[in-house]
Amino acid sequence: MSPTNVVKPGTKPVQPASNVKTLQIDGKDFSARPEETILDVARQNKIFIPRLCELEGLSDVGACRLCLVEVKGSNKLLPACVTRVYEGMEVTTNSPRLAAYRRMIIELLFTERNHICSVCVSNGHCDLQWMAQKLGLTHVHFPYRYPKANVDASHERFVIDHNRCILCTRCVRVCDEIEGAHVWDVMGRGIDAKVVTDLNEAWGNSETCTSCGKCVHVCPTGALSEKGHAVAEMEKRRHFLPYLTMMRESQE
Amino acid sequence: MSGVEEPIILLGRNDIEKLLSRHLCAGLIGFRRFRDCGVVEGQEHIVAERRTIVIDPVTRIEGHSKITLHLNEEGQVYDAQFHVTQFRGFEKFCEGRPFSEMPALMARICGICPVSHLIASAKACDALLAVRIPPTADKLRRIFGLAQVVQSHALSLFHLSSPDILLGMDADPAKSNIFGVLEKNPQLAKDGIALRKFGQQIIERLGGKRIHPAWVVPGGVSDPLTADDRDAILKTIPDALAIAERSIVWLKGTIEGFRQEIASFGNFPTLFMGIVKPDGGLTFYDGKIRFVDASGTLVAKDLDPADYQEFLGEKVEPWSYLKSTYYKPKGYSEGVYRVGPLARLNVADRCGTPRADQELAEFQELQRTAVLSSFHYHHARLIEILYCIERMESLLNDPEILDKHVRAIAKANALEGVGAAEAPRGTLFHHYKIDEQGLIRWANLVIATGQNNLAMNKSVLQVAKHYVKGEKITHGMLNRVEAVIRAYDPCLSCSTHAAGQMALQIQLLSPDGAVLDEVVRN
Ligand code: FES
Repeated sequence: MSPTNVVKPGTKPVQPASNVKTLQIDGKDFSARPEETILDVARQNKIFIPRLCELEGLSDVGACRLCLVEVKGSNKLLPACVTRVYEGMEVTTNSPRLAAYRRMIIELLFTERNHICSVCVSNGHCDLQWMAQKLGLTHVHFPYRYPKANVDASHERFVIDHNRCILCTRCVRVCDEIEGAHVWDVMGRGIDAKVVTDLNEAWGNSETCTSCGKCVHVCPTGALSEKGHAVAEMEKRRHFLPYLTMMRESQE
Repeated sequence: MSGVEEPIILLGRNDIEKLLSRHLCAGLIGFRRFRDCGVVEGQEHIVAERRTIVIDPVTRIEGHSKITLHLNEEGQVYDAQFHVTQFRGFEKFCEGRPFSEMPALMARICGICPVSHLIASAKACDALLAVRIPPTADKLRRIFGLAQVVQSHALSLFHLSSPDILLGMDADPAKSNIFGVLEKNPQLAKDGIALRKFGQQIIERLGGKRIHPAWVVPGGVSDPLTADDRDAILKTIPDALAIAERSIVWLKGTIEGFRQEIASFGNFPTLFMGIVKPDGGLTFYDGKIRFVDASGTLVAKDLDPADYQEFLGEKVEPWSYLKSTYYKPKGYSEGVYRVGPLARLNVADRCGTPRADQELAEFQELQRTAVLSSFHYHHARLIEILYCIERMESLLNDPEILDKHVRAIAKANALEGVGAAEAPRGTLFHHYKIDEQGLIRWANLVIATGQNNLAMNKSVLQVAKHYVKGEKITHGMLNRVEAVIRAYDPCLSCSTHAAGQMALQIQLLSPDGAVLDEVVRN
């Protein structure tokens, strides 16, 4: 990934308005500012690109790879959320190849941990589940890994269930960029990676956590939830996020 | 009896196929004998040897199981075992889960009676929260449970057992199902279907989803009842009552024809256990436990369900995944007790609703002692259906029922909790221990079918001794052995909702154990 194509977390430099790029998405012409990503343009123009790690108001990290698109002239698939537009770009957001890869990504997410929707607090309100349905996932073709993952319920009000984490890092980003506490981080590599609080201590013992609950509400699945909710009762409320970002930007 | 079991063939392939077509879901029907009984080779010796008859799986029950009948040299049954061959291990895999997930998780144990598990589990969680749930929530849960009993009993009686009762135990197996009933007595079949639907629809209205509703939560229920839903349910009650009345008349009319079955279907002295209200009335939701003996005398009363470990012993037999439960003070062999409809009507002083009480009085006339024959489970089921409908009507007419306060919010305040309720098949206990974080450390479930296990085994033996004779096994014999199991309506959770799709296996085994032929249907 060349650095010029990546948006630095939290920064969106203001560019002169005259510097406009024109590009094609799915055969239609659009114009965009050079700092914008393919996903930005698609979103403004109501073109659906599936995504899980991306959340408006947070920086983009390209963790889930669900937003992969085809760009003419490149034989690799590019993540729309972190790929900037350029003049004459020709983007395809949907093709049989993309659909197959996206389904495969979701399948792999399901096999990687223990997602059992029917008994999950987020059943019916889950981004992963919704996306799987939206992308027409009917079967998982890979063997499940059934890892032994733990549940940390040491916090007064919240629970983290690693069985349901997809490592999107939304919690890490919201805590760092919005709340400014940076309680969450990622530990370990590859298949052993997991989100941790502080230096991998019990959440309940965290000295940095302000118990604001932002991480819980940005979490796309039932990995983070409020205590005491029965199955299917955990609905996430995210309206605060664009509002907070907007307020901050107007203050700057 | 030691030694290696070595299967040999008794039936020809054609016979096996005939048996297969008769038993909609019958699987392995094998005949075995023990090697250490003497002569080894050849079919001609079979009569002089001890043999074992295996019925696997048992049909028209909810779950996977098989029956083994041991024959002696004279071809008479000397022992019988009812094996539960499925193992689900719910107690193990809920360890480490937050307790607030338990009701919905536990509801997954069973597709037929999820509501009972929901209720028992939520009650155990109430105990963990150490709260008293709002009165309206209590009433709504009761209605939910009663609706569940109606639908479950209707399924057992009409869909699974009415073919035996209406068409006879020896009827053509191809017709021994709800479609055969539809042909012979369309009204009865339609009534059965309508009654089940009645119960299902109430569950759906309250819980939002027919199977596995997650409406019952720790501390109460998640949503109050709306006036519209209440009125809609109330409207369906008169029809349901009429069906229950008609069905009781029908069932009572058939009893004469089953004298032999009544005498041999688990007709022996045991204890009976059930939860009753403080006044001794029938209840499905809350109360104290009673035991009566075969003479109908109270053996124990006012036992707190939370102390179940003090009076119930559990034993695991090597031949089954099902734990056998017994009444501790009397010991393993004397402490056999039954639960479920028959037991509840034997322990209760009254139902507490007018029509059901009339029927109960008549039921108690069947025998001067406690009603002993498990054949009467069917009759008891209908009386309970009547009670449930009457009781739901009065609960729904309670002005408090629409109250919006239906959930007590609390954190875990106790580290251990027991919840008990009367499920359609009998008393159900959920017992959880949690750590300070609220994660399940340990769970124990005592399920009705386990409590009936010893009695079921004795019943199978009694029926088999009475009906299975000589070496020719007729469909009528096999069917009676299965029918007695059906009378208990064991829920072995839970693979038979779709009979046509059940995996099915028949094996023909040679004397040296080689598979000669095999029929597998998926
Ligand atoms: S949304 Fe682009 S990688 Fe997740």
